[in-house]
Amino acid sequence: MSKQLNVALIGNPNTGKTSVFNALTGLNQKVGNYPGITVEKKEGVCKLPRGVKAHILDLPGTYSLNASSLDENVVIELLLNKNDKDYPDVAVVVSDVENLKRNLLLFTQIKDLNIPTILVINMADRMSRKGISLDIPLLEKEFKTKIALISTRKNTGINELKELIISYKRIDTTPCLNTSEIDTDYFNGLRKAFPNQSLYKLWLVITQDVNFKNIDRKAIADATQFQTKSKSYLKRLQQKETIKRYQFINNALKKGQKIDLSSATDLRIKLDRILTHKVWGYFIFFAILLLIFQAIFDWSSVPQDWIEGTFASLSELTKNSLPAGAFTSLIAEGIIPGLSGIFIFIPQIAFLFLFISVLEESGYMSRVVFLLDRGMRRFGLSGKSVVPLISGTACAIPAIMATRNIESWKERLITILVTPFTTCSARLPVYAIIIALVIPDDRYLGLNAQALTLMMLYLIGFAAAIISAYILDRTLKIKSRSYFVIEMPSYKLPMFKNVAINVIEKTKSFVFGAGKIILAISIILWVLASVGINDSFKNADEIVTSAISQNGFNEIQEISFQNKITRFKNHLKEEAEIDQKELTTQEINAAVLQKTPEFKQAVIDDAVAASKLENSALGTVGKVIEPVIKPLGYDWKIGIALVSSFAAREVFIGTLATIYSVGSEGDDEEGNTITAKMQSEVHARSGKKVFTFATGISLLLFYAFAMQCMSTLAIVKKETNSWKWPILQLVTMSGIAYLASLIAYQFIK
Amino acid sequence: MKRTVANLERGERAIIKNVESDLVPLKLLEMGCLPGNEVQLLQVAPFNDPMYLDINGCHLAIRKETAAFIEIEEIA
Repeated sequence: MSKQLNVALIGNPNTGKTSVFNALTGLNQKVGNYPGITVEKKEGVCKLPRGVKAHILDLPGTYSLNASSLDENVVIELLLNKNDKDYPDVAVVVSDVENLKRNLLLFTQIKDLNIPTILVINMADRMSRKGISLDIPLLEKEFKTKIALISTRKNTGINELKELIISYKRIDTTPCLNTSEIDTDYFNGLRKAFPNQSLYKLWLVITQDVNFKNIDRKAIADATQFQTKSKSYLKRLQQKETIKRYQFINNALKKGQKIDLSSATDLRIKLDRILTHKVWGYFIFFAILLLIFQAIFDWSSVPQDWIEGTFASLSELTKNSLPAGAFTSLIAEGIIPGLSGIFIFIPQIAFLFLFISVLEESGYMSRVVFLLDRGMRRFGLSGKSVVPLISGTACAIPAIMATRNIESWKERLITILVTPFTTCSARLPVYAIIIALVIPDDRYLGLNAQALTLMMLYLIGFAAAIISAYILDRTLKIKSRSYFVIEMPSYKLPMFKNVAINVIEKTKSFVFGAGKIILAISIILWVLASVGINDSFKNADEIVTSAISQNGFNEIQEISFQNKITRFKNHLKEEAEIDQKELTTQEINAAVLQKTPEFKQAVIDDAVAASKLENSALGTVGKVIEPVIKPLGYDWKIGIALVSSFAAREVFIGTLATIYSVGSEGDDEEGNTITAKMQSEVHARSGKKVFTFATGISLLLFYAFAMQCMSTLAIVKKETNSWKWPILQLVTMSGIAYLASLIAYQFIK
Repeated sequence: MKRTVANLERGERAIIKNVESDLVPLKLLEMGCLPGNEVQLLQVAPFNDPMYLDINGCHLAIRKETAAFIEIEEIA
């Protein structure tokens, strides 16, 4: 096998870099993380002409090689490390024809690193509309490179780009300009100290706050001791460097680019007059929010019902085709309902990511940031916190990663800390099932009470986020300058391919991520529920049987027994009606009498199973935590579900499903769905319903506030680089949750 | 009195005279906010903050406090 060609895609944000990546690789891509950090790493394979394969790396978008964020650090670290396995044979700088001047700044910097660099000018389809004409051969000469003029929207120029990539060896690698002219003495000193290193590389190492593996920073610091410069002097040099680069670019573009402003139509300015308007801007934004929520809660219900039905029949099929027993019930009543609880949220997650990626691709998200910055600042947040807070309604993990472009550390930290309060999609399964149990399906003022409750929970989440941000802003003593720069890109029609790939990728990772946890936890719980250490567990059979034969059924067992008889009678009557036969009371009584031993045995089996569960390892753990959660209105089974859902909230339902299926041996007709099981669950001693209104509200509030997601805690640890913040989050949020549930339950009950 | 971008009226154009490079993010400079370039105030959010500018053909928004570090002069 011949060596693969390493290609790195580099470019400013909003230049369509990802579209170029998608055009080159198609669906032949994978998204991962850079080792040790959470920066998304996108790579793919591109088939070039003549059987050559290229490994394409889509680097995070950056405005220059002067890094100011983790994402940007990745770019320079790679470009400065020749030994990295991804070090590019050829760099492809993607620029946007409308912002060529600014995009070329990054190009000239990369060119200075002596890497073969191709310039891609994207969005060529917009040239005529903007009155832009380019003299490509002249620009190629000025910038000492090869240029591919492409349009990912119209799918033109991609093959030419592939040709350029394959013949990368012919590209001139000399720099465009001489950086050392900004301070000749300083750079001469550097050259003397490090005769073997490229000057621009040294300059980057000196000015950047990045860890370089192969270049010893300290050595440079020591050797340049004779003329160490202050930080502000270096910054002035960087400004000089930037001016110098722009002078060069301006000169070159003067010759090679013509803009006929008379034929340019600027849709952006016209649209922005409305979309960023002091009144209409906000009006439109809230209308869009409303549309998103409508889609998530109304339109998704159709595919959701279908998914639920499919899983219910799958569960039924498993139960009927596998031999009856504990293992079958684990699959049919623990794992399948647990997975169903995840799959059912695919439509909502997909809708949410669809909207978010359309808003971002179109350029509208930047306008929202602009509109809300001042309002958010009052709460110690930044306008850029809007994106995390909105995407937090899908999942806190990508939301927390999206805080990276917030310049001020304090604003960013507060955003990270409060984002998990927003109602993420993992809370939905829990909310949905509890609301269905305890909130009546009535209408108040023409609004559905269940839908209203759900909306209230979303508002509570947002309110909790905003209020805690306000408190954090006043208590955290962090000095940081409130830098805020946001580009307002041109409006673009989102490209179907980009949006589709994004939605598919995000949904896939949600399903697989959550699916794995649910599977693992279901199995662990099942094992814990099936083993016991003490004698009450081992001899549960005899203890229960002898208790019943001595004292007869207790009250609850009696009710269960009578229920079985009533249901059987009804069943007989229905059958008789279908067959159009008359049944006498005697006939019915005879049939019941015949079935009675069977029913009695079923009740005994149930009692044995319940007693076994109570005395199993899981039950023992549950009993230990019961005193803590009893004031909130929960029994030990809910307690177990609560504890296991500290791994991930959506585990709650799978846990209850597993526990309830282990806890009852008989398969009643009523007990098919998890909702029905929760409905009929009663307290072992009092025989009262477990899921009352008070318990339900208490649970809803607990889930609204508690920090129950290990993945989020892990990401917070990574992003803040300290255990302090995730622990603070865990303790505070769970504390608030406990208090809120306690107060609610004690008041309502 | 020194005029800065923070004093611009909506729709007004000016030339950037000086940028306090220590006090503004480098990113702003790299986006073209440099002496000699033209700046126009396109939109303002309520209370004139943040400000939506066209600097040298690049559309971006910054907060008023940052805008106060960018000195301007009238177009000759």
